[in-house]
Amino acid sequence: MKLVTAVIKPHKVDEVKDALRAIGVKGITITEVKGFGRQGGHTETYRGAEYTVEFTPKVKLEVIVEEADTAAVTDVIQTTASTGQIGDGKIWVTPVEGLTRIRTGEQGKDAI
Amino acid sequence: MKRRLLFIGTGAMLATLLLAAPALAQEGMTADAVQATLDNIWVLIAAVLVIFMQAGFALVEAGLTRAKSVANIMMKNLMDFAAGVLAFAFTGFAIAFGSGNGFMGTEGWFLNTNHFSDGYFGTLSLPTFFIFQVAFAATAATIVSGAMAERTKFKSYFVYSFVITALIYPIVVHWVWGGGWLSTLSTPMTDFAGSTVVHSVGGWAALMGAIILGPRIGKYDKDGKPRAIPGHSIPFAIIGVFILFIGWFGFNPGSELAADSAVSAIALTTLIAGAAGAVSATITVWLKTGFPDVAMAGNGVLAGLVGITAGTAAVSPWGAFIIGALAGILVVFSVFFIDGVGVDDPVGAISVHGVCGAFGTLMVGFLATDGGLFYGDGFALLGSQILGVVSVFVFVTITTGALFYALKATIGLRVPAEEEIEGLDVVEHGAPGYGIDTTALA
Repeated sequence: MKLVTAVIKPHKVDEVKDALRAIGVKGITITEVKGFGRQGGHTETYRGAEYTVEFTPKVKLEVIVEEADTAAVTDVIQTTASTGQIGDGKIWVTPVEGLTRIRTGEQGKDAI
Repeated sequence: MKRRLLFIGTGAMLATLLLAAPALAQEGMTADAVQATLDNIWVLIAAVLVIFMQAGFALVEAGLTRAKSVANIMMKNLMDFAAGVLAFAFTGFAIAFGSGNGFMGTEGWFLNTNHFSDGYFGTLSLPTFFIFQVAFAATAATIVSGAMAERTKFKSYFVYSFVITALIYPIVVHWVWGGGWLSTLSTPMTDFAGSTVVHSVGGWAALMGAIILGPRIGKYDKDGKPRAIPGHSIPFAIIGVFILFIGWFGFNPGSELAADSAVSAIALTTLIAGAAGAVSATITVWLKTGFPDVAMAGNGVLAGLVGITAGTAAVSPWGAFIIGALAGILVVFSVFFIDGVGVDDPVGAISVHGVCGAFGTLMVGFLATDGGLFYGDGFALLGSQILGVVSVFVFVTITTGALFYALKATIGLRVPAEEEIEGLDVVEHGAPGYGIDTTALA
């Protein structure tokens, strides 16, 4: 099992969710996060004076998948979340050592 | 009687203190002069109450929409008032109340005191009458802001604010209150404080705006089924409703344009209709959905108040109860209907102001104690009410439709999709409405 984590632009969340659902993903967890990457911060203007927002709002999306599905899920997130603009975010994959469904106690793949 | 004397005494003292006009302060002030002073003070206070309604609209609209565009909606409420004051002073007031023809006034531009000379407005001075009327103009203008929330370019809304108060709203005012054709019918149309003149004008403009803009992204699913987009603060919305309720005691009783014995009777019909609208809308939505929905109850209060505004001086307290209660039921069905036909009105402005305004105006034809069908006075008044409601609907939908299409074709009416999803605050106004320090962190 793998944990696919993606940090994406907030306005892309709905589209990515729908695309993942369409390829059979059963569950996603999202968190509102802030950060910076190559995009850096950006400036906003308050009463005529500029200030820098160092950390831009993003959404972190986490989905646990079977190893065989990793590439498909990563691919769908990448193509759906991409706008071509700087600040589109990143996707990374980490191994998952164990997984339990709390309600039933199911273990491993069965709990996905 | 004692209370009345006390009231007059306090009023006269206030008059002396506030105006401090040497001629009036002299001994031997005539009863007429005291009455004129009372009239002016009362109508000015009423005008301030109506201006306070702007705060109510701002809170209702902010509360029923999302946090990411809250600065934008506050800005629209602030600017349609400010733009409205200027536009109405420059041209609107002359079109509404200047001499002219049955369609519009053509004299008295820029509050010309030569045209609007002493006595033109009875006991009311030009400043008093203007301030009262401009508060109404701004009310008509601001109704639209909620229906077009979360997706309209600020620039376009700014232009709209000037045009409606400079030209469109004043023409309707002239028809009904300024000596125009609806006021010179053999049985003149009765719209005491503006169910049609103010609220329907705003409501129909809101309808055209919402249609031409199209719904917010995410309002309808792929099959066209409406989805709820909950607002971000019910406390804001309900405090806003209360402020509007309070302001309505300026809106309706102030429209008597005098400090006389009719004022309190008008306040009573206003109060009863607002309460009846709240109760009936609550019960209706409860039966329909299983929940006493808070935002819909708020809409019910406003529906009752909008409904009674035309007949507030013409119906009995029972008539007010009937109008308010029916308006409260009507608003629930209207909100669901408008949602269902694909028009996205985030705050229900079209239903509250357009539909219930028209409904309340028509009900005067049935329930006016003098002239109403139910009081055995025949169809004449009802006919005039229908004519007024229909002609205002046609005029406003055509003119505001043309205005919004013109804006769409030139400076554009709607923000880009990405801006709409991120919220209008940062892109349109430079900074979010909430939490600069939490986004800036460093």
